[in-house]
Amino acid sequence: MGTMPDFEDHAAQEVKYSTCYMCACRCGIKVTVENNRIRYIQGNPDHPVNRGVLCAKGNAGIMKQQSPARLRQPLMRKPGTERGAGEFEPVSWDEALDMLTRRLARIRASDPRKLAFFTGRDQMQALTGLWASQFGTINWAAHGGFCSVNMAAAGLYTMGHAFWEFGDPDWARSKYFMLWGVAEDHASNPIKLGIEQLKRRGAKFVAVNPVRTGYQAVADEWVSIRPGTDGLFALSMIHVLLRNDQFDRDYLLRYSNAPWLVVDTPGQKGHGLILRDEAGKPLCWDEAAGAVADASRTDIRPALFGDYTAPDGRPVRTVMTLLAERYLDPEYAPEQVSGRCGVPAEQIERLALEMAHVAFRETIEIPCRWTDAYGRQHDRFIGRPVSMHAMRGISAHSNGFQTCRAIHLLQILLGTVDVPGGHLAKAPYPKPIPPGIKPARETAPDTPLSGPPLGFPTAPEDLVIDAEGRPLRIDKAYSWDAPISPHGLMHMVITNAVKGDPYPIDTLILFMANMSWNSTMNTRGVMDMLREKGEDGEYKIPFIVVSDAFHSEMVHHADLVLPDTTYLERHDTISLLDRPISEPHAPADSIRQPVLEADRDVRPWQEVLVELAGRLGFPAFTREDGSRRYSSYQDFIIHYEKEPGIGFLAGWRGKDGDQHLRGEPNPRQWEAYADNGCFFAHHLEDHQKYYRFCNRDYLELARHAGWVGSTEPIVQQLYSEPLQRFRLAGEGLYDGPCPSSPEHRERLTRYFDPLPIWYPPLEHGRIDEQAYPFHAITQRPMFMYHAWDSQNAWLRQICSANVLYMNRARAEAMGIPDLSWVWVESHLGRMRVQVKCIEAVEPDTVWTWNAIGKQPGAWGLSTDADEGRRGFLLNHLISELLPQRGDALDGMTNSDPITGQAAWYDLRVRITPADPGEAGTWPEFEPVRPLPGAQPSPGEVRYHSHRPVRLGRSLWDVLTRRG
Amino acid sequence: MRLGLVIDLDTCVGCHACAVACKQWNTSGTSGPLTDESPYGPEPSGVWFNRVRHFEVDDYPHNKTVNMPLSCMHCENAECVDVCPTGASYKRAEDGIVLVDHDKCMGCNLCAWACPYGARELDPAEGVMKKCTLCIDRIYDAALPEAERQPACVITCPARARFFGDFDDPESTVSRLVRERAGQKLLPELGYRPTNTYLPPRTAPPVPTDDVRRAQPVTGVEAWIPAPEPR
Repeated sequence: MGTMPDFEDHAAQEVKYSTCYMCACRCGIKVTVENNRIRYIQGNPDHPVNRGVLCAKGNAGIMKQQSPARLRQPLMRKPGTERGAGEFEPVSWDEALDMLTRRLARIRASDPRKLAFFTGRDQMQALTGLWASQFGTINWAAHGGFCSVNMAAAGLYTMGHAFWEFGDPDWARSKYFMLWGVAEDHASNPIKLGIEQLKRRGAKFVAVNPVRTGYQAVADEWVSIRPGTDGLFALSMIHVLLRNDQFDRDYLLRYSNAPWLVVDTPGQKGHGLILRDEAGKPLCWDEAAGAVADASRTDIRPALFGDYTAPDGRPVRTVMTLLAERYLDPEYAPEQVSGRCGVPAEQIERLALEMAHVAFRETIEIPCRWTDAYGRQHDRFIGRPVSMHAMRGISAHSNGFQTCRAIHLLQILLGTVDVPGGHLAKAPYPKPIPPGIKPARETAPDTPLSGPPLGFPTAPEDLVIDAEGRPLRIDKAYSWDAPISPHGLMHMVITNAVKGDPYPIDTLILFMANMSWNSTMNTRGVMDMLREKGEDGEYKIPFIVVSDAFHSEMVHHADLVLPDTTYLERHDTISLLDRPISEPHAPADSIRQPVLEADRDVRPWQEVLVELAGRLGFPAFTREDGSRRYSSYQDFIIHYEKEPGIGFLAGWRGKDGDQHLRGEPNPRQWEAYADNGCFFAHHLEDHQKYYRFCNRDYLELARHAGWVGSTEPIVQQLYSEPLQRFRLAGEGLYDGPCPSSPEHRERLTRYFDPLPIWYPPLEHGRIDEQAYPFHAITQRPMFMYHAWDSQNAWLRQICSANVLYMNRARAEAMGIPDLSWVWVESHLGRMRVQVKCIEAVEPDTVWTWNAIGKQPGAWGLSTDADEGRRGFLLNHLISELLPQRGDALDGMTNSDPITGQAAWYDLRVRITPADPGEAGTWPEFEPVRPLPGAQPSPGEVRYHSHRPVRLGRSLWDVLTRRG
Repeated sequence: MRLGLVIDLDTCVGCHACAVACKQWNTSGTSGPLTDESPYGPEPSGVWFNRVRHFEVDDYPHNKTVNMPLSCMHCENAECVDVCPTGASYKRAEDGIVLVDHDKCMGCNLCAWACPYGARELDPAEGVMKKCTLCIDRIYDAALPEAERQPACVITCPARARFFGDFDDPESTVSRLVRERAGQKLLPELGYRPTNTYLPPRTAPPVPTDDVRRAQPVTGVEAWIPAPEPR
């Protein structure tokens, strides 16, 4: 091959490991640096999440690091100028932090709730939540309320883990995979790796989605469902399974609450609750004894079906009886639901039976001795190799919680949860259903909360409301509006605070959340609200602090800008205390370490939080003499213990770094991570890998590691008693808080069904559906999804302006030619956009890429860039409130009535051709001004980390060879 | 040796990771930098060696979306080489990689017109034609771990849809995949004999349902209620 030149000067290069931050997958990266510039970012081949691969975003990290939109120094809104005018002046960090400390100390000493601290794409919620709790404000949450809380909540209230972060399909063994809704970022690389594994083994891949792009493109079968009807589709498949007697009887009896007895006294207090003994233990019917018995006993023969009489004379029925009766009803028959779902009845029936075949005729048995939590010995793991994944497409509807519960019901009936080939939990899950943490309610000056601001209510007593039933949180989470809202409602914070409903606040801190643009509903309205003043001339939200690494649209509306570092310039932990990187059989966590030194006057946000905590004297951050306990974020991570031996990082604990999962602080823990590719993974033993909700040895490990408080079995909840308690409250039949307003009573009664139900998305019931015949949804392309900044100079070359995709035949029938301009109108407003006709969309649905459209001038883009001139946001048409009808629900959040999940995909629109001559994207937004000290964006980029070493062709070769 | 790529259209989800990995590696590689024009302005465009196109096949509801990454095919009869007036374009005798000698290229664009796969891109800042080198600056770099001596696009592909190897070796992964999966060349009728080969989408076998379908469906819960225990 001749001699090759030395293309790379390896001696001058340094390789460092870290963790990507382009989305929530948090893949391991291996970064080669030379001349203080990045040569190459690649996937870490040893990393449990991505095993060496990296997506388009991760590969574009260089352009993130080069972005002209990077913030360079702390900024203050220029005195005398209006908020949102974009006039800033630089301040020093000392000035900025002094001013902020004074303000926060005053708030903390009077009414800590007047600080609302909401974080967007936060990957350190254990720290931000602790900080808020120590500050003493209940007004804290991350972005889950407008992202995927329906999935997390449904999973944690049903099976003890959830889709995506808390669970994964068993890619290595599954033989049938059903993907529900858009999922291109939740997760990114792991799902791509998984799909390849499935296809290599010849497993079937079914995609349920109104749009066929992305992962759906390679599916073996496409179910082109109408948005918001997935729950009905799932329940109809359950109908088919029951009709054909296809469910996992043994699994249900052993591991779920199917045999538990439910009190059947309609109209009376206690109706629908689980029959319990005096100790509160659930009871079942022992067929052997002909009497009720503790359902956790293993020496009985529990009845799966039947009506019985409780010892106190009340009629009771098994959960499975209620379930089967409900879903055998002809209203769930495929031919009944077909029209509404837009899915042929034949397909519904066949898919249900295909899954039954794979579950019960292609069962996997793995020989392995294991002991369950009741002490029973087993000699094998039985696996039903059907797996599922669902994310945003299910979540972003106001019926998403119940729909996700319906999907979990399907999984449990097939016996597929945490079994070989099924859906597997990822540590620290499974946890008790739901986890035992309750949201904090009481606040007092200069006093930390008694617990975390977010938790899992199981009864109306757990709500965060006052004695009159009024919301106590600014986002009205855990109020009658959204009783089980474990991620808060970030999308309501600005609207509520500006209205002063339930009360005005003083300061809003936003971290990495673009709440004036693509992360908000009702964009224009929210921008106006951010600038809205009271009669006293003061802003309704008096002070807004934004921490971000880039010049986002939200930075434009800040009073104080605290510039963050990029992900390549910081220390971070991705912790088992909140959102770790565990794989099903490898509990894992990881760190980031600086790969480059920041060349700007910026500070990592977590460093700022630790600094503020010290300045404000938070008890957990100070010693008894008032001095600071932690000198830095790194010091905090090393020494903070949630309970003895449990800290943010689980690996290399103990003074000598030889203990894992639990152990004393190790002063050299960061170094140990850096030496090990920046991640820690604990590999489960074979007998701990499945049935972990009831696997004794796994649960003992989980207790040792602090993931669960006890080794009690975690019983899957087909029937949700917490929901029934809320429903009883709606009916006025609950001994405890009950709502007083008719609309709340109606919502609780209707939606808090203890067994999954389907109902039309709320927006549809408050508009004329004929007038708005189309469903309008968004997806984000895989090369940008969750990329949290930019536009990245490389990625925007793949797409810099979005269009509205319509079904070709439908568009033709409406006289809408390809690439023509149309008006898209919702109940909130209208916009003009360009249409692209495609085959890959259900005819009643239109869709576009989300967050391509930018406010002109933001993100380092020129004011004439495509994103600002041609790109658009569908957000302009989506309201944060339900459509107005002049009734009591007019002020109600456009969210799931159970969880408060933002109902982005409930949107309905009408589409009309624009008049001849009408062209161009509308509305247009005023440009964002450049920040002081901003470097002008270059007109050409020729990035390289070293001078190229060329390869030449010899003259001899030219002369002697033609080709 | 005949080096090239196999691309699996059955698993390619069209994520563009390969295209961006290529851009990233090569902008600091032997052909770099790869110029980007208007990187933050209207109609941004730059030099890419690998681009992913998306096609639709058939009409709704029988449509399928096919993602098709396209880069230099390293043809055996490389017309782009034949038309080069300066000898800048050449196909290496040792391994079949088609390259451009930047010092000899005058940027006349003839090769780009000759290439039916759209695989050549003129760097506007240098006036030089650039193209996929199969990461020649990786695959022969003995200082890299052996597993990493592969093109950047192959290493990064999250769907493991890309394979690199020697098509002359019948035992190589690429040769085996082409045999087993009936690999296809693009535009074979043109006679350029491209080396890169595409694996067509697979169809999963039908899943039987007769063995789980009840002749007499259950209509009510009574079917499962146990008979009372004898007293």
